[in-house]
Amino acid sequence: MDKLAAAAASQLRDDLPEFKAGDTVEVDVRIIEGAKERIQLFKGVVIARKGSGINETFTVRKISNGFGVERIFPLHSPKIKGMRRVAVGRVRRAKLYYLRNLTGKAARIRNLD
Amino acid sequence: MLGILGKKIGMSQVFTQNGNIIPVTVVEAGPCKVVQVKTVETDGYNAAQIGFEEKPERLMIKPEKGHFEKHNTGYYRTLAELKDADQDIMVDGAEITVSKFKIGDKLKVTGTSKGKGFQGVMKRHNFSGAQTTHGQSDRRRAPGSIGASAYPSRVIKGMRMAGQTGNKRKTVSNLELVKIDEANNLLYIKGAVPGGKNGILTIRKQEK
Repeated sequence: MDKLAAAAASQLRDDLPEFKAGDTVEVDVRIIEGAKERIQLFKGVVIARKGSGINETFTVRKISNGFGVERIFPLHSPKIKGMRRVAVGRVRRAKLYYLRNLTGKAARIRNLD
Repeated sequence: MLGILGKKIGMSQVFTQNGNIIPVTVVEAGPCKVVQVKTVETDGYNAAQIGFEEKPERLMIKPEKGHFEKHNTGYYRTLAELKDADQDIMVDGAEITVSKFKIGDKLKVTGTSKGKGFQGVMKRHNFSGAQTTHGQSDRRRAPGSIGASAYPSRVIKGMRMAGQTGNKRKTVSNLELVKIDEANNLLYIKGAVPGGKNGILTIRKQEK
């Protein structure tokens, strides 16, 4: 391991499940309001995983009240309380940006069971 | 003043407890040894000369070797002076490690910036160039007028023009120390510092 990766290694977390683009995930997001802390659920399809090491991020897309909402999470962020893989998608590419141009039935992803 | 010599490892990020990201430069700093103490009586000013990275004896040239042997502190690749150094390091052979620093310290980091070669005024001085329309041709990146005519009949000194860019000693101040790794001699400094990876940096604690 090079020195830069080693310098960030202690911050990497290994408690999150394995997942890839196309999977449907639920992310428990820590929301801090003043002194109080609550958990917000963000559920959607992972459309991209980007970067490596401490800089890795993933993008989750969901349709909320008819509007597409995307959220980018740093994979190793303490803001993620927990995360579950709800469904494993069968997709043929690593970045699913084409979903942005699709709506309704066409925007579905086939799942592996 | 407290200071140390280091080597830039690269940039990374650090998460705070509530999940915010701080961009940091990771620097492998020290351990440094004080090679020579300079005082007002002997040299006209107070300073500590510190050495960084040991150098094998077979690579030493005689004049350098003589200097190191006079103070008997081992051989080093890089030397730098800390003016008005703290009292506790004004001793031959005193060791400076990252543990002398505290999280939250403001630092001044000096290094050699990345060389960019001979560059025009747009890159070098952020000039805005010229327009492409209204009959202009071949002037897109030109500097424009550099002065008046018969008076003063010369170009004023200090006029910003094209030339060597980068590869110059630069100091960035007010950088915050975010994290210290004593086991691996690492300093995590918020923000960017001059130069590329493996560049030698002088890190000084900012007074006040």
